[in-house]
This record gives sequence, structure tokens and C-alpha cells, in this order.
Amino acid sequence: MSAAATTSPADLGTRTGRLDAIAAWLLALLWIAPLVYALWAAIHPAQFAVRFELTAPLTFDNFTRAWTAAPFARYILNTVLMVTMILAVQLALVTLAAFAFARYSFAGREAMFALVLVQLMIMPDVLIVENYLTLERLGLIDSLLGIGLPYMGSAFGIFLLRQTFKTVPRELDEAARIEGCGLLGTLWRVYVPLARPVYVAFGLVSVSYHWNNFLWPLIVTNSVTTRPLTVGLQIFAAPEQGLDWGLICAGTLMSSAPLVIAFLVFQRQFVQSFMRAGIR
Amino acid sequence: MRARLAPDIRHQVHAWLLLLPAALLLGLFTHYPTLATLWQSAHSTPKGFRPARFIGFAQYAAMADDPVFWQAIGNNLVYALGTLPPSIALALLMALWMNGRLAGRPFLRAAYFMPTVLPMIAVANIWLFFYTPDYGLLDQILHALGFAGRNWLGDRETVLACLIVMTIWKEAGFFMIFYLAALQQIPVSLAEPAAFEGASRWYYFRCVLFPLLMPTTLFVLVNAAINAFRLVDHIVAMTKGGPDNASILLLFYIYEVGFKFWDTGYAAALTVVLVAALAVVALGQYFFLDRRIHYQ
Repeated sequence: MSAAATTSPADLGTRTGRLDAIAAWLLALLWIAPLVYALWAAIHPAQFAVRFELTAPLTFDNFTRAWTAAPFARYILNTVLMVTMILAVQLALVTLAAFAFARYSFAGREAMFALVLVQLMIMPDVLIVENYLTLERLGLIDSLLGIGLPYMGSAFGIFLLRQTFKTVPRELDEAARIEGCGLLGTLWRVYVPLARPVYVAFGLVSVSYHWNNFLWPLIVTNSVTTRPLTVGLQIFAAPEQGLDWGLICAGTLMSSAPLVIAFLVFQRQFVQSFMRAGIR
Repeated sequence: MRARLAPDIRHQVHAWLLLLPAALLLGLFTHYPTLATLWQSAHSTPKGFRPARFIGFAQYAAMADDPVFWQAIGNNLVYALGTLPPSIALALLMALWMNGRLAGRPFLRAAYFMPTVLPMIAVANIWLFFYTPDYGLLDQILHALGFAGRNWLGDRETVLACLIVMTIWKEAGFFMIFYLAALQQIPVSLAEPAAFEGASRWYYFRCVLFPLLMPTTLFVLVNAAINAFRLVDHIVAMTKGGPDNASILLLFYIYEVGFKFWDTGYAAALTVVLVAALAVVALGQYFFLDRRIHYQ
């Protein structure tokens, strides 16, 4: 993202350059318009939902009503717990597996790796019926663990970390072993620190994925104590609520806010993480 | 002999132990369910005291006669074809702009990328209001301009197009990232001689940039196609497949058959079709397209 990078055709001519700038800005404004609109509806009384007068009175009422109309605090807690649990387990399992693939030669390695990659194409999202039956047998329906379990062995994470671990110089590995580090010690002291940017990338992608995930949690949960924000929001915004648009927009903004704020603060990291995660 | 074998065996055991926890979960929630789905699709749905029994291809035969299934397949194809080209073209355009030296790039980047961070379910709620008849934003604008409004999501003619437009908005910024990453790897030395020889921007784009970006385009294409089959959050929130199944997508149909009608056997057969479609998309990448677009 460095400014020095390339001479793009955009600055080959200043007149076209200016046209580019105008078009880019128009598209950007169009792109944030839906969000700006949601914000407008949320901070104004209902009669101004589609009347755009700059002098319209501001109100925080929609947010307070939304907050009391549904157990959003509980939903947020559920989502945070779920996302944290998934990420923690993912990081541990994915690190071990990636290490095995990157630095061990064992019988059946290629076949196992191919089997892992299958998940990139057939995600748990698609196998909803069978996975539900499995969870039922395990007694994990309507639990946070049940939402997370199918995603915890992440093929994507294994793939990403294996690539990174492979670039670690063998000499570092051997040096650590000579110093007396065991297998896990070497992994922890040499490999994990060197792969930190990849961990950040994987973490951000995983958190945003599971924060936003909807269909699977909808299927698995059926009580307030397990429902994540997305499912809670859907129940809250269901048509039975009537057409109180300010209220629904307030609820929608509240449930997206943590991630959106995190994104605005750590914009560069977000974009670079998604970039890193995408280059295979 | 023994002394030489022992370290190797230990090495192997270590590797498998490292692999075991992740492999167990992957097996339990990816490979087992894939095979179980295949197995179930050849069986009837157990009802009450009547256990599932083998019925061969009967579920598939029923599927071939099921108009809703064909509607879902058709809708999914229209939805994918409607979403892919525009969102990829927009993503490329955004990336070219971001890679230039426009003023206010941090703002542009935030604006383009923002929809990616939002949950689809939140996006659906916001857009639901745009499409609300009469009272909604789209109709209000049309009324103000003197046009008649319509029931956008309640009309067979428009419902899928409405979902397509929304999905393009949601995904273009995400795909932009991949193009941006690729553009930053293209050396400046390519642009300079082209500019020097007076090559037009369009020529430079068509003959230099676009071919170089082909692997990225393919990657984005595959991901977008998978998303088109994998994501149905907005269907649940906005249309429930209606009106009259005009917006039903395959995974949403599976969800309905599996969890509303509890017909697990038929849901399994439908899932096999979905998995096959995803496999075709992914394998197509490896066996067909990958070979033709590697420029070295």
C-alpha cells in the first residue's frame, strides 16, 4: 500500500486523472450511502425516516428502545465468547497441524493434505443437515461450542500457516534444537513468532467471518443464552416488529458497530490481512 | 537396524500426533458428513417407528420431478451470473483507482471495503427498507421523480435482481483487495515503456494489465461462485425464497427441506447436488482454467 509503488495509468494524463478522481469519489459516496442512510434513520424520529431535512431533530431514543426491546447485551456477550473460543482453538490446532505438514515427512502426508484442502471447497456451511445430526448425537445443540465446533479445524488456517512455516530457515530450527528446545519449544520459540503477521491476518479473517456468520448459528441455537448477535438481530428485525425503521436501523448498527469501529481504527491491518489471506 | 528405524518411527508418531486434533475435527465435520450425505441420499427419511430404508436413486428421481428444485438451480445460476461479472469489474476498477495516486485514498478504501465487514444479515435489514413498497427509499425517490413505485421484493420479475444488486454492493470491495494485492506486484517497469510509446490507457490495460491479472481474476471468480452457492443469509432475512419461489436458492431450499419439513433424505440428495456444483467450480479451476492462464 506504499505510495511510492507503481505509476498507474491513472496519472498518465492530468485531465483523465481528474475524471478518475471524480468517478472514484462518486462511487465511494454511493458505496457508503446505505450505511449513512441507516445512521440517519437511527438518529432521527420516525417521521424523518425518509424526509431528509438537515434541521431534523436528533434523538438517541431509537438506540435506547432497541437496547431494551431485545437482550442485545446478552447477544454481544454470546458472540464475543463464541468468536474468542473459535479463534483460540483454531490457532492451537492449526499451528500444530501446519507444523506437521511443513516440517515432517510422514507416510500419507500428501494424501492427508489433499483431504484437508477438501474443506476449502466444501465448507461446514453447506453440510448443515448432517452436521446438525452429528451435534445432536453429541448433545451439543443449542450451545456455543456447538456453533463453533465444525469450524475449529480450519483448512484455510492450516494452508496459510503451512506456507509460512515452510519459509522458516532450517538453520533457525536446528539452532533452537541444539540449544535444547524440544519439539514444541522450537515451534513456540521459532516458528510462531516468525509467523505473527499471518496469525494476525488469519485472526482478523476468522473473527469477521464468525462474527457475521448467520445460517449455522440460526439452525443450532434456540435460546437467548446461546444466540449470537446475527441471529438475535434477525429475530429482533422480523416483520412482526412492524415498520419501525429507526428502531431496526438502530439495532442493526448496534450489532455491526464493534466490527465496524475495529475496522475503522485498524483499517490498514484489516485490508492487509485480507490481502495476505488471499494470496495463496 | 532397530536403532536406525526407531527415530524415524518416533518422527512419524510425532507428526501424526500434531495432526490428530485438527484431523479429527475436519473428519467429523467435513469428510464424514460428506459421505453420510451421500449415504442418506440413497435412503428414505426415517419417520416415527419406520427406520430409513435403502431406496437407491428414488430421491434423485423425485428431485428430477421437483419443479422447486429446478427453480432453485435456475435461480442460483442467474444469481451467480448476475453477481459475478459486475462485482468483478467493479472490484478491478476500484483496485485500479486505489493503486493510483488519487486524493483521499484512505477514505476511498474505507468506503469500498466497508460492506465486507458488515454481517450479511445487517446488510439485508438495511436494504430491506430500500426495497419496501411505497414507504421504502427506492419508491420514495421514484415517487419524487414522478414514477410509479412497485413491490420490488414481492414481484417475481424484480426480486432476484434486487438481491443481485445488493450482493454486488456487499462483495465488490472484498474482491478489490485481491486485485490490489496483485497490482502491487506488477513492476513499474511495465507501465513506463507503454506510456513512453504513447500506448493508450485502454491498450495498456487490455494488453498488459488484464492478462497479468488473469490468475487473480480466476481466483476471485472461483470465490465469488462459491459464495453465490454458500450464502443465503439474505434470503432468510428478506424474501424466504418468495414470492412463489422466485428467489429460492439451492442452499435455502436445503435448509427448508431439512429443518422445516424434516425430510433429511431428500435434503441429503439436494446437498449432494450442491456439493457437486461446488466441486465442479473448484476442480474446473485446477484442471481447465489454471493451465491456460499462466503467463511466464
